[in-house]
Amino acid sequence: MSAIEGMEVAVHHEEHAHHHEAQSFWQKYVFSEDHKVIAKQYLITGILWAVIGISMSVIFRIQLGMPDSNLSWLRPLFGNWISETGKLDPNFYLALVTMHGTIMVFFVLTAGLSGTFSNFLIPLQIGARDMASGFMNMLSYWFFFLASVIMFASLFLQTGPAAGGWVIYPPLSALPQAHQGSGMGMTLWLVSMAFFIVSQLLGGINYITTVINLRTRGMSFDRLPLTIWSFLITAILGLISFPVLFSSVLLLIFDRHFGTSFYLSEIYINGEALPNVGGSPILFQHLFWFLGHPEVYIVLLPGLGITSEVIATNSRKPIFGYRAMIASMLGIAFLAFIVWAHHMFVTGMNPFLGSVFMFLTLIIAVPSAVKGFNYITTLWKGNIVFTPGMLFAIGMVSLFVSGGLTGIILGNSALDIQLHDTYFVVAHFHLVMGAASAFGLFAGVYHWFPKMFGKMMNRTLGQIHFWFTFIGIYLIFIPMHYVGIAGFPRRYYQFTSYDFTHKFMDMNMFITVAAILSFLAQFLFLFNFFYSIFKGKRAPQNPWRSNTLEWTTPIVPGHGNWEGEIPAVYRWSYDYSKPGAAEDFIPQNIPYSQTLESNFPHENELIATEKEIAAQNFNDQFNQAH
Amino acid sequence: MYFIIAIVVLVFVVLTGVVISRLQGVLSSVKKPESADAVPEGNSWNGAMFIVILVAAVVGITWSYMHAREHFLPIASSVHGRRTDDLFWFSMGILTIPFAFVNFLIFFFAWKYQYKKGNKASFYPDNHKLELIWTIIPAIVMAMLVFTGWKAWSDITSDAPADAEVIEITGKQFNWIVRYGGVNDNKLGNYNYKLIDAQNEVGIDLSDENSFDDFLNPTEMHIPVNRPVLLKIRARDVLHSVFIPHMRVKMDAVPGMPTKFWFVPDKTTAQMRADLNDPNFKYEIACTEVCGQGHFSMKINLVVEDEASYKKWCAEQTTFLQTYPEYLAKVPDNLKAKAMKGLPAETTTPADTVKTASVGGGIGTSAALR
Repeated sequence: MSAIEGMEVAVHHEEHAHHHEAQSFWQKYVFSEDHKVIAKQYLITGILWAVIGISMSVIFRIQLGMPDSNLSWLRPLFGNWISETGKLDPNFYLALVTMHGTIMVFFVLTAGLSGTFSNFLIPLQIGARDMASGFMNMLSYWFFFLASVIMFASLFLQTGPAAGGWVIYPPLSALPQAHQGSGMGMTLWLVSMAFFIVSQLLGGINYITTVINLRTRGMSFDRLPLTIWSFLITAILGLISFPVLFSSVLLLIFDRHFGTSFYLSEIYINGEALPNVGGSPILFQHLFWFLGHPEVYIVLLPGLGITSEVIATNSRKPIFGYRAMIASMLGIAFLAFIVWAHHMFVTGMNPFLGSVFMFLTLIIAVPSAVKGFNYITTLWKGNIVFTPGMLFAIGMVSLFVSGGLTGIILGNSALDIQLHDTYFVVAHFHLVMGAASAFGLFAGVYHWFPKMFGKMMNRTLGQIHFWFTFIGIYLIFIPMHYVGIAGFPRRYYQFTSYDFTHKFMDMNMFITVAAILSFLAQFLFLFNFFYSIFKGKRAPQNPWRSNTLEWTTPIVPGHGNWEGEIPAVYRWSYDYSKPGAAEDFIPQNIPYSQTLESNFPHENELIATEKEIAAQNFNDQFNQAH
Repeated sequence: MYFIIAIVVLVFVVLTGVVISRLQGVLSSVKKPESADAVPEGNSWNGAMFIVILVAAVVGITWSYMHAREHFLPIASSVHGRRTDDLFWFSMGILTIPFAFVNFLIFFFAWKYQYKKGNKASFYPDNHKLELIWTIIPAIVMAMLVFTGWKAWSDITSDAPADAEVIEITGKQFNWIVRYGGVNDNKLGNYNYKLIDAQNEVGIDLSDENSFDDFLNPTEMHIPVNRPVLLKIRARDVLHSVFIPHMRVKMDAVPGMPTKFWFVPDKTTAQMRADLNDPNFKYEIACTEVCGQGHFSMKINLVVEDEASYKKWCAEQTTFLQTYPEYLAKVPDNLKAKAMKGLPAETTTPADTVKTASVGGGIGTSAALR
């Protein structure tokens, strides 16, 4: 029996066994407990934040690349942040830089990427009706929404939003008299982040529980798609590290409002010596980066997982080294917790600590290299279909490798002395964590759009969007390395104050032009996305001829995802182009007993266990008393 | 440069043209039913793009690097700086190999193994030998880089030699203030942040006799050439970071936690002017830790000169007490005579006991030399 027939069987096998009373509009689309709706809520919110966050970067890139330009056309929007003569206010510049970082890291790449795809794919790919706790899942989104509203509101304060950099190092962020962004803007930032962390924890607990408890029969851990592995590891990372950020945020709130001295010591500011002694600003940095570094992987790992899935599907090949991929993700996740101080080589911490952290940091290159090479070997001798998702996945691997390599330079404490807080760092992390993760996000959206909305996005437009974005990203960030090697410091409003930054005017302008063009190219995506939701071509059952379970659901899956029984799983999700098989893919729900022509000897042995698997049904949430 | 921008814009315009023509193709192809075996839509031009971009990237990166390198910082003017520079370019050289190799494979494989009708991908899920190879090779390269980096790092961060010239630099919003030990004892006096006021900007503790000849300078730091210089780094209000790009020096200034960095400058400002053929060349110190509105212009100039002119410059500076004689009132009575004369401290009690005494008597002053 061919694979496609098998799928049909799964879809239409049983009658609709379960009925629910009709839900009101509010229950269905707003305060929904359905993971698919929550995923879309995350995605749309993430896209809106991305537009805001990237627009901010365009504005400060104009300031850096074309310092003489007249920005008075922005006055209707920003009011007095733009002077009468069309100049950007230096405080506003810092606010833009800070909010760009906060928005992109937390709201777009953490909530928008991990929130969307963990929610959407975990139940669909492991074969569950929904998340373990739909209510907690809903709370998770609405806490994120609340955090978003507060952060958004802070943009409209008279004194502006937080402006001490996204890392909000105290004492600058602790002392309202030090900077106007440290006033109400910082208060709202802290409150917003506190809610954001609550949202992440509610989500993370749910993801972990769901993956562990609600896998369908036969879905053992070694049959999980790599996407699920990556979401699981991401959720564990977040669950362990976000509480640390929460405590550092809380202590900062105490320092700001209740007169404690966790981070403050021996400060004289505005003609007054503060009474605080005994605190340490370095303590904050340790706490912050204990989250901050795992956060890099919280952002990146879902992208890597999505990429694994998309590359395997569209190369029509099994992912190379499935177990090595899991092992390297586990390795990266473990190491992520013990490298945080490489952000702090020149903070004056003990140089011996610097040596230790340099050593641990550079070890990360090894599992990362394994991942890179495994992706490439998956492409090798494939039969590659350039869907937009596939293009973004390939681009993701390229960006991940290119950006990751400069991390080996920065992880070297001796070299970090000169490069710390220069544009070299900016270029490095934008490639490896910003752009690479964003490409993972794009790959995911293009790949799973048919499942989300039952429509296809326009393929050609997606391919063109890829090439603009891919070229644009490299045009922005390769030159930025040069600027960094020349010693240009980050977060400078302009480069006119120093002789050593009196060059590269042309390079900075070039970067800005590339940034604007890449930004404009994103409207291709926005158009394609929203247009296709309403007017896109109807999606077929399994548009990418993929193996994973989500493609066995109805084209637009309803509440509970599968009509009738949840399919059982008999094989891993990467049986692409198996020798002997008629089709070049065999979905996970096809038993080995139906594919005798393509089974390997050890797989024939597994046929005996199939009856047992089929008989189990302990994880179907609908079959339990309720 | 406008030329390059024009080229970039041109590339994007051409791509836009491609978009439009493709879109027309899309519109006309909508009616065609898709057969399972047909070459997937747009596959061939996307495959070709990988090769085009690969070639363009090789040319573009090579050319832009050649163009950019003339604007990089000149050869480091400090001993450790040349070492880290060498290490940097060595590491970059090593890393260029995997950068080029891996990206080549990605782009080349994408093009080479694009969908072909009737082709079947090879089922190749595992090869432990291969995986072992690309685990071990990066591990060995990393071990080598770690070792060289660790050697350099531990030398750079080792304790400063005893003959180092000790200079204090304090960051505040938004400038730097340097303090010297003075020509008589060449020792920095104690400080306490509670003693800071409009004149006494770094909180010099005048109950410590070492501070009597200390002098400040908010606009220029002078250092002697070919001698270790130890910077004692402090911050008054928020985090700052001392960055001397030409010396490859960077260290944060942290309120409440003194930091330090020592280095050996071996090129005077005059030598640099001659070498670079730039009569206006100045060494500069910048701030690299965001500290507020004026962060981007928190500058102090640095002058590196030979020992004789350095000594001469130091001797010409007026000490803090000479500038603000009213602060004599803060000197303990038993030391007033000495403070007024500004005598050298050779014949008096050893510095350590004085320090202990002053700490005990004062309000918990911090020892500047801890």
